[in-house]
Amino acid sequence: MPAPAADRFPDAREQASPHAGLLPVPEPLDELFPYGGLPRGSVVTVDSVTLALALIASPDAAGAWSGALGIPDLGLAAAQEAGIALSRFVLVPHPGEQWATAAAVLIDGLDVLLTTFPRGTGPAQARRLSARARERHTTVIALRGWPGSVDLRIQLLRGQWMGLDHGYGRLTGRRCQLVSSGRGAAARERRVTAWLPPGP
Amino acid sequence: MTLWCPDWPLTAVGIPADAPAAVLVDGAVLACSASARREGVRRGIRRREAQRRCPPLRLLDRDPAQEMRAFEPVLAALASVCPEVEVVRPGLCLFAARGPARYFGGDAALAQVTAAAAGTALPDTVRVGIADGRFAAGLAAREAAIVPRGGSAAFLAPQPVSTLERPALAVLLARLGLVTLGDVAALPARQVATRFGAEGERAHQLARGLDEQRIAVRIPPPELAVQEELDPPLDQIEPLAFVAKRLADELSALLASRGLGCDRLGVQLETEHGETQHRLWRHDGTLTASAVAQRVRWQLTGWLGGSSAIRPSAGITLIRLVPGEVYRDVGEQLSLFHPGLGDDTGDGDERAATALNRLQGLLGFDAVHLPVPAGGRRPAEQARLVPWGEPRPARHRSTPPWPGRLPAPNPTLLHPGGLPAQVVDATGTSVLVDDRGAISAAPVQLSIGGGKPTRIVDWAGPWPVDERWWYDPAEHRSFARFQVVTTDGTARLLTVQQGQWRVEGTYD
Repeated sequence: MPAPAADRFPDAREQASPHAGLLPVPEPLDELFPYGGLPRGSVVTVDSVTLALALIASPDAAGAWSGALGIPDLGLAAAQEAGIALSRFVLVPHPGEQWATAAAVLIDGLDVLLTTFPRGTGPAQARRLSARARERHTTVIALRGWPGSVDLRIQLLRGQWMGLDHGYGRLTGRRCQLVSSGRGAAARERRVTAWLPPGP
Repeated sequence: MTLWCPDWPLTAVGIPADAPAAVLVDGAVLACSASARREGVRRGIRRREAQRRCPPLRLLDRDPAQEMRAFEPVLAALASVCPEVEVVRPGLCLFAARGPARYFGGDAALAQVTAAAAGTALPDTVRVGIADGRFAAGLAAREAAIVPRGGSAAFLAPQPVSTLERPALAVLLARLGLVTLGDVAALPARQVATRFGAEGERAHQLARGLDEQRIAVRIPPPELAVQEELDPPLDQIEPLAFVAKRLADELSALLASRGLGCDRLGVQLETEHGETQHRLWRHDGTLTASAVAQRVRWQLTGWLGGSSAIRPSAGITLIRLVPGEVYRDVGEQLSLFHPGLGDDTGDGDERAATALNRLQGLLGFDAVHLPVPAGGRRPAEQARLVPWGEPRPARHRSTPPWPGRLPAPNPTLLHPGGLPAQVVDATGTSVLVDDRGAISAAPVQLSIGGGKPTRIVDWAGPWPVDERWWYDPAEHRSFARFQVVTTDGTARLLTVQQGQWRVEGTYD
């Protein structure tokens, strides 16, 4: 099987990107993205918090600001383990009725925003926020769905937890099969097997 | 002239001096009562060390609002002695003694009048000191001494160098054999400046009984004042403090653009009914925006939260900040590679700061947080939320070991209080853990909140946890933890306490 063009010409990835730039993504998750990184200004949906934290951690290490909106039960110990610097990780756990306003303001200020779309907010709102994210070069990672069109959808096909043995052991890691699909350059499905949280 | 209330953080909350008690900030002692001090408790020692030295010690958290509320009557009483009282912090204020001393007939008479006036508001706790210069007067207040005019240098000479409140410099001076201020004062000024820089020069001036001489102190022209008119009037402290913070930012930008620093600040408040309050705040270093906001908050707490005699009758319509004395700011050099040292929020990320300030304006001060790593065994205890803009506590240099902490990975979703669940064995009876940590049977099925049961594929546990019995019995927690994976591939962290299963977290 011939290697994809992007692999033969590593520089081509960057040049081919339609966006203002890419945020770094750790291996092997980078293979889920058509240009090998999280495109700035895009909307990505994921269905695992661990995956979302792993995607935030690398830009964060590069000095980016990130934040979580409307996720009150996010485990901060897990965020720390993922390598997120808490001093640049903004939390707005309870935006209430003002979710859309808060999302718009955070898109203005942050590099990566993690959020869940609340019930009762429609596709019009989603379109507006996607446009704003594109304009401000902020990446939005939506947990479990986004009622508008998204640039990339990453799904967890199968995950197997390791380390437990009927009363003995402890959870050590999860072997996951991930699949990404989207529009444009991402139309082709990409599959990756990875450890989540990223480890061995 | 300085008026000082010893151990104010304790006195303010009504702890008498003969009860052993201490106020803690960030796990270190900020202030302790006289009887605790007799047992060897000192400022700055850690919580555990303080408890070791004085087992019956009562530990309290700091209550800055109450400190200011309790100090307000003293300030009101002092207004009859001198109109211009500068507050350094709750529990410590100073004013120029020369005018009032002439009026009352001498320093001793003034000290008596002041102590009597403050004593009506707050008996038995006030100490008054008079000396040339603010620094000497502060030390004189500790001994309730009246230093004659021109006698400051002699009064300061036997004091230890630690009174300079510059810990790093004090250690260095002591190592060089300079243990008292007199030793420091005896050095030639030029050599001190060459060897110790600007900070050493200031310390040398203090030791000689000269106050910190700023270059070209002058009364500022009026356009340096900033103000905000509030419509509708506000009577809650939080939104007012928020406005004050913005004003403080504006003022510090204004001063910085002219290369000025300011160490005395006037805060004027006006209510809808025309009541006004004006306070002067004094600061040792340059007043930064957050320091200004802090002082406005103190003042608001004192006025709005005070007794009905002093509380204003309507909401506040005007906040005005007037820099008192400005001087050319020689500045403290910030590190080139770590701008905004001490709070990680500097870092030139104005874009984020602007957005977060705006969001705070929309949702309220308490809605926007930055987490801070914290100590604890439970996953939920390992980080604490601090509102954006609040000072972030100093981090521990090394994380304490916390034996019994859950090893990584931690759950990515935590359910505060836990979701009620049912865990049954193969026969359908609830799984129990006995006092010895033994399990009644292998868990087979899990159902959460009365939902559909799912089969448990694999599990680990029980891991007994028995903690906090060393505090209050009400805080005692004794439970066992399990990790389980169900058929849908989800891993969960479960706890069981007295037969009640809960889902503590989900590995999503």
